[in-house]
Amino acid sequence: MESGTSIWERMGFRKSSGVAEAGWGHTLVVAGVSFIYFLPVLFIIFTAIKPQALALSVPPTLSPTSLFGLIPDQFVFTPTLENFGSVFSRVMTAGGQPEPTGFDRFFFNSIVIASVSVLLALVLGTLAAYGFSRYPLKGNDTYLFIILTTRMLPAIVVIIPVILMFRAAGLSGSYLGIIMLYTAFNLAFTIWMMKSFFDELSPDVEDAARIDGSSEIKVFLKICLPQVIAGLAATFVFGLILTWNEFLFALLLTGPDTRTVPVAMNQAVSSGGRGTDWTLLAAIETLFLIPVFLVTFFLQEHLLRGVTFGTVRK
Amino acid sequence: MSTIEVRKITKKFGEFVAVRDADLSVAAGEVVCLLGPSGCGKTTTLRMIAGLERATAGDVVIAGQRMNDLSPEKRNIAMVFQFYALYPALTVGQNIAMPLHHEGIGTAEIAVRVNKVADILHLSDVLDRLPGQVSEGEKQRVAVARAIVRDPNCFLFDEPLSRLDVELRHSMRGQIKAVLSNLSKATVIVTHDQLEALTMADRIAIMRDGLIEQVGSPHEVFARPANIFVASFIGTPQMNLIEAEFKGYGNGKATVTFDQQDVDLSVNPAVANLRPGRVTVGVRPRAFSVVPEDTADTIDAMAELIEPMGAETLIHARTKTGSDIRVVVPRDKKVKTGEALYLVPDPAQTHIFAEDGKAVRV
Repeated sequence: MESGTSIWERMGFRKSSGVAEAGWGHTLVVAGVSFIYFLPVLFIIFTAIKPQALALSVPPTLSPTSLFGLIPDQFVFTPTLENFGSVFSRVMTAGGQPEPTGFDRFFFNSIVIASVSVLLALVLGTLAAYGFSRYPLKGNDTYLFIILTTRMLPAIVVIIPVILMFRAAGLSGSYLGIIMLYTAFNLAFTIWMMKSFFDELSPDVEDAARIDGSSEIKVFLKICLPQVIAGLAATFVFGLILTWNEFLFALLLTGPDTRTVPVAMNQAVSSGGRGTDWTLLAAIETLFLIPVFLVTFFLQEHLLRGVTFGTVRK
Repeated sequence: MSTIEVRKITKKFGEFVAVRDADLSVAAGEVVCLLGPSGCGKTTTLRMIAGLERATAGDVVIAGQRMNDLSPEKRNIAMVFQFYALYPALTVGQNIAMPLHHEGIGTAEIAVRVNKVADILHLSDVLDRLPGQVSEGEKQRVAVARAIVRDPNCFLFDEPLSRLDVELRHSMRGQIKAVLSNLSKATVIVTHDQLEALTMADRIAIMRDGLIEQVGSPHEVFARPANIFVASFIGTPQMNLIEAEFKGYGNGKATVTFDQQDVDLSVNPAVANLRPGRVTVGVRPRAFSVVPEDTADTIDAMAELIEPMGAETLIHARTKTGSDIRVVVPRDKKVKTGEALYLVPDPAQTHIFAEDGKAVRV
């Protein structure tokens, strides 16, 4: 791909005809709404870098910088990284020594469990979706419907039979158990998403590849898959966000060794009887945000790059 | 030898019969057009030849070998799809090279072959672009290039020109014809455009409702249509098809009655064997001569609407009881609206279709 052209131009848009850049008025409106969306996250990030004493101060401190004198001094706090340190190691009992909190392990758990289950679901789900799309079974839609039923109920309802199944299978508290569960849940979503992407592709292109001498495997890998990269990236990101933030199943089906961050976060701030440590909570949340934030940010480019226009019209 | 033989091929989708007992043979170097309205089964027939659909019954023989059970990649054919079906993620060059990857030849040889066809089809400048970045005409040429880059048993084209604008269609028709004439391969082209079929084909197979109605040279299907459907489908403006009562035959002339007038028409001698009854008289709009006075063998009508078409003028004439007759006269023949016309059909171009729709002819 040639450098110097924007992603929009590569997709076929030209500023002069298709997409004209909006004026400042529209841009400011959208920027304002975006800022409101981002406000809760900003609030948490600022709380994470506040000194603990200022967490609940009145009037609240609003910003780590005075923005060149724009914000009055009583609303400005001095940022600190201390809270991030106490995520991993802090004094647990009055007068005691700092102890490791185990959060390195919990972060590791979250990363492994979420990424393995989402990737596994993506591989299996994409294959299954291709099958559902191209080699329909008798009663194809029935199976698709059944796959989605577990997603139709609130997790709190589904959890009871799932706990019973896990207990019977001896999977409670193991990596295998929670990864299997998340994979199964993500599969439903992945199959539905990817099937719709495959359905959009023109079967003529695949027929052409067959006539040109490609085997079925090659048709799938070399012809179909490159056309749905955008879909793969989108499905991966959505699956990752859902799995990363999942709380209820993790609370009830992980053990001390396999605990994920959302569960550990809850336990870290609500134990000890000293009230909620807001700056600690905010620090955990900020760290927790980073991996998903990075993945989404880097996949954003791919979300658009896979899009192809005009080669085949149905 | 590059030949295609389709024997009594049938395709059913559930209860629906898309193609019924189609027979077709294409010799080496011959271009056969499957022509028919949408949904007549022509594309299904092509896809069965390609192996993209399985025939319910009958045989597909390509280059002397029965191909029924072979998958498309084993049939050694090349096909151009209606919507080109280019690989969107590959460049134009990679698209053209795709069929060569299964030939087991080296990268250098592939490049030589790709450049050669790119040269023939004027694609050398766009080899590095993606299909989404080239024009509609170029996409069409890429699709053709991808087909001719190999040396297959036969070529199959599915509505190859349907997405081009009129001018481009015109020039591509010539280009494809030129390319094909240098290859001496059996070629099947599916189209619903009779002009495309008449100009590009050596023979035309006209299909309707899954049946092949007639196979013949462009001249044959135009001059000697086998039945009413073929007669009405080929030729613009459409052939006049007049429902009439056949009274009898004598002295090389058939007496027919329609719209309260008895007309003696010079027709094919085979009409002599026809029993009196309902028939359809077919006369092409260009096969009338306008004579000055009413005689026994003229059709009488009144000019109702005049459409100048440039070199010729199309007249919609109406008989006393309201049948519409289209007549094409040379530009210099001046006719006014409301004028009475006495029309004599050219005997060689007057067709009598019996009640079952088949032409009566020796």
